[in-house]
Amino acid sequence: MPEQLLYAMEVSLNGLMAGIMYALVALGFVLIFKASGIFNYAQGVLALFAALTLVGLQQGQVPFAHVINAIFGTDLHHFGWQLPGLVAIALTALVMVGLAILIERLILKHLVNQAPIILFMATIGLAYFLEGLGDVMWGADIKKLDVGLPQGISEMIDTFTFNLFGYGFFIDRLDIVAAVVATALVAALTAFSQYTKYGRALRAVADDHQAALSVGISLRFVWVLVWSIAGFVALVAGIMWGSKSGVQFSLSLIALKALPVLMLGGFTSIPGAIVGGLIIGMGEKLFEFFAGPMIGGATENWFAYVLALVFLVFRPQGLFGERIIERV
Amino acid sequence: MFYREAGEFKTSYVDDSQTFPIKFDRMRYYAVLVIGFGIIPFVINDYWANAVFVPFLIYAIAAIGLNILTGYCGQVSLGTGGFMAVGAYACYKLMTAFPGMPILVDVLLAGAVTAGVGVLFGLPSLRIKGFYLAVATLAAQFFLVWLFNKVPWFYNYSASGQITAPERTMFGIAVTGANTPAWAKYLFCAVVLFLLAWLARNLTRGTVGRKWMAIRDMDIAAEIIGVNPLTTKLSAFAVSSFFIGVAGALFFAVYLGAAEVGEAFGIQKSFLILFMVIIGGLGSLFGSFAGAAFLVLLPVLLKNVLVEGMGWPTDLAAHVELMIVGALIIVFLILEPHGLAQLWRVAKEKLRLWPFPH
Amino acid sequence: MNAMNSEGYTTADGRKIGGVMMEMKNITLRFGGVKAITDISFDIREGEIRAIIGPNGAGKSSMLNVISGFYVPQEGEVWFHGQRRAPMKPYEVAQQGIARTFQNIALFEGMSVLDNIMTGRLTLMKTGLFQQAMWWGRAQKEETAHREKVEKVIDFLEIQDIRKTPVGRLPYGLKKRVELARALAAEPKLLLLDEPMAGMNVEEKEDMCRFILDVNDEFGTTIALIEHDMGVVMDLSDRVVVMDYGKKIGDGTPDEVRNNQDVINAYLGVAHD
Repeated sequence: MPEQLLYAMEVSLNGLMAGIMYALVALGFVLIFKASGIFNYAQGVLALFAALTLVGLQQGQVPFAHVINAIFGTDLHHFGWQLPGLVAIALTALVMVGLAILIERLILKHLVNQAPIILFMATIGLAYFLEGLGDVMWGADIKKLDVGLPQGISEMIDTFTFNLFGYGFFIDRLDIVAAVVATALVAALTAFSQYTKYGRALRAVADDHQAALSVGISLRFVWVLVWSIAGFVALVAGIMWGSKSGVQFSLSLIALKALPVLMLGGFTSIPGAIVGGLIIGMGEKLFEFFAGPMIGGATENWFAYVLALVFLVFRPQGLFGERIIERV
Repeated sequence: MFYREAGEFKTSYVDDSQTFPIKFDRMRYYAVLVIGFGIIPFVINDYWANAVFVPFLIYAIAAIGLNILTGYCGQVSLGTGGFMAVGAYACYKLMTAFPGMPILVDVLLAGAVTAGVGVLFGLPSLRIKGFYLAVATLAAQFFLVWLFNKVPWFYNYSASGQITAPERTMFGIAVTGANTPAWAKYLFCAVVLFLLAWLARNLTRGTVGRKWMAIRDMDIAAEIIGVNPLTTKLSAFAVSSFFIGVAGALFFAVYLGAAEVGEAFGIQKSFLILFMVIIGGLGSLFGSFAGAAFLVLLPVLLKNVLVEGMGWPTDLAAHVELMIVGALIIVFLILEPHGLAQLWRVAKEKLRLWPFPH
Repeated sequence: MNAMNSEGYTTADGRKIGGVMMEMKNITLRFGGVKAITDISFDIREGEIRAIIGPNGAGKSSMLNVISGFYVPQEGEVWFHGQRRAPMKPYEVAQQGIARTFQNIALFEGMSVLDNIMTGRLTLMKTGLFQQAMWWGRAQKEETAHREKVEKVIDFLEIQDIRKTPVGRLPYGLKKRVELARALAAEPKLLLLDEPMAGMNVEEKEDMCRFILDVNDEFGTTIALIEHDMGVVMDLSDRVVVMDYGKKIGDGTPDEVRNNQDVINAYLGVAHD
């Protein structure tokens, strides 16, 4: 097999892995958008906040140490304990649920029936706030996140492909774990929304707020529920991305990666988010591989957007949306 | 008690449709002009120019531009930073390619170039609507920033990848470059803002503005009563981008002096200007001014209180500032989703009836 | 029945009705597999008030949407002023002098009553972007001239006192009237009214009837309207088209239609003896 083709295959595989991560973030968006019509820009910052909290709890950091030190002149930093990864994850999940309740109480409750743009703006405000809060609570330095996930090259795939093609593919084991976890998460979410009482309530609200209210579904409960789930999805995404490249501000930028995925797949479609993620992950890696060197590289910054844009011009309803019939 | 329309009779449609139909408003407007052009230039110093006035004037131009697109025509854009970059780089290329050209012409031409780019990125708006369009405009943001970073022609192959504004003068006084006096920066920006605000007012009160608003309020009905959606949306993109391009040119040439595209015109800038428009009030020119003033003053104020007043380290203060700005935006949206302009309108209504509200 | 030929006819109350202004020939409109309109032909004459009636879901609104260019029929031809109309965008149809109102009010909620009515004249205003930006001179002159015309419409429909009110604050009946004003401001040759009296009380209906008759009488505007209130339709219109399940089941003067067995069946159900 020609070398170029082998490289391209390796790149596509890596792209698919990255795509799964994009899909994971996009999933959080879709859940909230479906249930409340809110375009939640803060999804990426939620992931950052979750990862920061996870590291902080695991390492036994004193929250708000910076502020306390600045005001009282003390020198606090750590409690001096280390938590096992799973315990820390469980605690962080609780924190995310608490955050969801607070968001509903303090923000969403007061913004019912506002225009979508206002709600969108509010989530940008929320993103600013959480970003600042995360830094103030846990410090702004780059942190290492290690909850015991395997890392490094997958020997198995390396050997397998070497025997097959005479060229070993480089696939990170973390990516494989991420792919497995993401698939499990999607399956769990689908099962939840199809087969449980709360899942049905969620779908009812997504379909029609008023009608759902009139049959006795509590809108506020559903909102807390979706924000909690979105917070949990953000936590998973935060763990994966954080383990890979450290916990730092740039983690919140994965939200920007998820947006073109949403455009491609449609804001309300879970399968759309996944297929869109895969297409964009693979597309941008391949484009960078073939065209990047010719036009200066770093095309990943914009390729996904331009791809989604061009796609939408020809199919405005997205991959899985239904054709829009306009009425007067 | 002075704020009344009683006793002022309009005898022509021209009188009836003037910008400030109430005499007291007119007086206040003239007073602002006198203070802005007759007093501030003589008392301004470097700190006030650089920290408050010049950024306020430039952001006000950008906010008016975005308000035309988003507030008047209903097309949400997150690409403002990218379009400002187009203005900045066009201005830089014009300044260096034609050193003899007057700086005002450079700035206006930079706006015209941006208008062209804006129309190009506005084309998808015919097929894509709502949040899909908002996300699509991010394509402009990221692509343009990448382009100015990667293509050395745009920054004249400078080693640092930065663009630096050479000195240009008007009537013998430097308005760009290192030797510019504070008052000249201020006055130059103030004149441009005044001109552009006047243009914006004219456009929004007449046929063009009504077409924009018709598309915003109900695009299908607008098309059926005879509004061509293609030309209307594209004209909004063009005018809006012109304003934003001029703002970008001024931001680089007059305010910063030297700029690196990712830092000066990143996505944060897009959000900042969108916030100005939302907090100020969608579809209101006054709101654009108010929103720009609010978001320019707020960080200055917070910095003074936290760093100088309470002696906190700068990085911590920056994070707390982020929290406060975020929280304030949310509180603001909850209390008055129609922005400062609406507060102002309500206050005026009350004032007209004061002191006998019933 | 009055003598009807290509030259027109005279109505019972002595109004002169002219030749054919608009002719629909064998129109068929489908949405996916659903036929909304099946092979319908009828004409609208110069100066006449033409009603389209039928039960819910008969395809009346779709028909109006075909006339105003919002839907393009899969089969059939639309003839306007003796010329076959090429498929065109809705705004081009509006520029030919066809204005309309909507079943669910479609006013621009963010604008004042005056601005809403001024939008009716957009097809007639000609200054470009640059003249607008300069304002003084042509743009202002044009604005004032058109404002005068709009004020006449405002007087005609008796809505002087709400001129500067934001449309969002108006009650339903007034909104309907403002919508009519917006359509009239365009000085249309053909005015399409989609259920102009839906949801109104008796008094408001009477007002609206008076306005429709006055428009037809004073400006000579040709009117095609959809209405559910049978009494109103029979009083107002010169000729009536009756639709049911997307097909035409009757066409003629109110009296003819009233006695048409198919129409009676459609409205009252078939009698079993």
